[in-house]
Amino acid sequence: MTPRKPLHLHVPEPSGRPGRETDFSYLRLSRAGELRRPPVATQAVATRDLAYGLVRVLDEDGRAVGPWASEIDPQLLRRGLTAMMKTRIFDARMLIAQRQKKMSFYMQCLGEEAIAIAHALALDPGDMCFPTYRQQGLLLARDDVDMVEMICQLLSNGRDPLKGRQLPVMYSYKRAGFFSISGNLATQFIQAVGWAMASAIKGDTRIASGWIGDGATAEADFDTALTFAHVYRAPVILNVVNNQWAISTFQGIAGGEGTTFAARGVGCGIASLRVDGNDFLAVYAASQWAAERARSNLGPTLIEWVTYRAGPHSTSDDPAKYRPADDWAHFPLGDPIARLKAHLIALGAWSEKEHEDAQRELELQVAAAQKEAESYGTLADGHLRSAAEMFEDVYKELPAHLRRQRQQLGV
Amino acid sequence: MNLTDQTSETTASAPRTPMTMIQALRSAMDVMLERDPDVVVFGQDVGYFGGVFRCTEGLQKKYGKSRVFDAPISEGGIVGAAVGMGAYGLRAVVEIQFADYFYPASDQIVSEAARLRYRSVGDFTAPITIRMPCGGGIYGGQTHSQSPEAMFTHVCGLRTVMPSNPYDAKGLLIASIECDDPVIFLEPKRLYNGPFDGHHDKPVIPWSKHPLGEVPEGYYTVALESASVFRPGTDLTVLTYGTMVFVAEAAAEETGIDAEIIDLRSIWPLDLDTLVKSVKKTGRCVVVHEATRTSGFGAELVALVQEHCFYHLEAPIERVTGWDTPYPHAQEWAYFPGPERVAAGFKRAMER
Repeated sequence: MTPRKPLHLHVPEPSGRPGRETDFSYLRLSRAGELRRPPVATQAVATRDLAYGLVRVLDEDGRAVGPWASEIDPQLLRRGLTAMMKTRIFDARMLIAQRQKKMSFYMQCLGEEAIAIAHALALDPGDMCFPTYRQQGLLLARDDVDMVEMICQLLSNGRDPLKGRQLPVMYSYKRAGFFSISGNLATQFIQAVGWAMASAIKGDTRIASGWIGDGATAEADFDTALTFAHVYRAPVILNVVNNQWAISTFQGIAGGEGTTFAARGVGCGIASLRVDGNDFLAVYAASQWAAERARSNLGPTLIEWVTYRAGPHSTSDDPAKYRPADDWAHFPLGDPIARLKAHLIALGAWSEKEHEDAQRELELQVAAAQKEAESYGTLADGHLRSAAEMFEDVYKELPAHLRRQRQQLGV
Repeated sequence: MNLTDQTSETTASAPRTPMTMIQALRSAMDVMLERDPDVVVFGQDVGYFGGVFRCTEGLQKKYGKSRVFDAPISEGGIVGAAVGMGAYGLRAVVEIQFADYFYPASDQIVSEAARLRYRSVGDFTAPITIRMPCGGGIYGGQTHSQSPEAMFTHVCGLRTVMPSNPYDAKGLLIASIECDDPVIFLEPKRLYNGPFDGHHDKPVIPWSKHPLGEVPEGYYTVALESASVFRPGTDLTVLTYGTMVFVAEAAAEETGIDAEIIDLRSIWPLDLDTLVKSVKKTGRCVVVHEATRTSGFGAELVALVQEHCFYHLEAPIERVTGWDTPYPHAQEWAYFPGPERVAAGFKRAMER
């Protein structure tokens, strides 16, 4: 008998670590304009090249090229750009407020702004997103969600619409198509499919959009969502935001090594795209394509958005301990704000001066909203909701045992 | 037996038809699918086939595939999709084929369905009903016999219900579907076809020979959080639910101990007043359930009785339960807390 070689376990390892620069060739990027744009009525198996390649529109010079480039009103692009700028300013100010202990916790979406914002602009009113904690852009892209109210949630103050029950950033805005954020991972992905199934059962025209990060695709709810979405041809967009990092764990540990997350969709019979998530035009075009498929009863689309988590996972994280400190600067897909800005300037629809003016104006807006929200109290100054409210909404009506417990607390 | 306490007014005079618990549950879903266009029913094998226990037989044909349909073998997916449907505004009634299979859905039940109203301050709710057959006595072995009610009663935001007969099963299921809170609806499968008193060697008695197998055909409810005094008595109080209601009844007849049997029906939140009133009257209490003993719901019942009735007790509270072992296959009658074990519990409670 031939002697057998001892087996060994493979544990994926990122190419970059503190003191060692990342080799980003693992991303296997396509050139802008390289990938085809199939008709929306395509078969899942026919999207194989799109699930392994990378849909991109903006080239190095800020021009929109290729079949995914479409005529977009520059007014909409300016709106997208300013919403991204507003989101970045909002995040930066809230991080400082967290360090000042006005709130317990914060999560920014630095570097990923294009995904939620371009996607939000591609959806219709009434559509329902089931986000993760890093899609604040879905709310900040809208004009009908008051920043003051959002900041009150972050500060857990007397005007927190969630009555201090939820961690900061776990917003809930049914009226704005934003499902309550849970805090545990992946659960919302199958719920998005259920919501979409309900819309189809009722003969409605609204669609759902589910969100998940690369790390949480390893949860069962991810695979379950793909199965249910495919089986019932649910009108849902399944978004995987691959920002390369789940706290300290790189995307190879979630199963991304040597393959793509979009490829999972193809295997499940779902039309799938892998898209440059830092390319506002590509995000908008791919979101529109997927939304049209859903609205036409063609079923789900899975989209992997390739991006980079430029900041720490949360205010409790220090990425310098596990990845190169300047990693984002070398990320080949760049900064979504800088890229859209360059495109608009190339179009003649924006200027450095307008950009500076917009930046200043947005900073004033966010600062004013923060000032007003803080006037209603912060976690630090103790202007919180009454503890008596903790017993409400456990059930629709207060049951006898909770009434007794509230009496015991003496509130 | 008290058939009409806390039930809707229309039932007292409504004509009744003999039904098994399976037929009663099916009738409840039929009534609600008819009354409320937002009710949908799905789960493994529930569509064309009508469920492995036939509880949904004929419903797909009557209401169409978009309202009654088969689901993939994924309990997490079934409950997760039901939560999403609840967020949309539907009332999903889902079947977990055996209560022993709910574990993959734990996150969706505990972290999602149970807390959605709370965490969103009512912005979103999950008015779902999760049906699951439970309990042993059918040679189901350790994966088709469990009674996991205590797993659910420990979770704030859930309602946990277990009927013991066709009349209650239908009225409680309708009340559960109409309830805006998520409800875990446990169905003692050994009671599906007849009242079972634990004497497994005796011929099966069908529901058609029992008054509680007489069920109104139309709409009625049995209120949640309402226990029934299943058998009035004066010697001691039995706090129980599901299959053990009939086992306790047999033990009372066989010992001649005049036990007052309280069928909780709603396990949590429960009808504390009925329970306390009975124990204060009899001064003795035996807690009986089929589930494993340690940290079982019986422990909560013992604590509640101690908190609310301590100065009325004349003897320590007795517990009769399944053993702290997995449910064995061939030895299931040694595991099942049958009439002899319950009778022994009664005697201990009476001796002091």
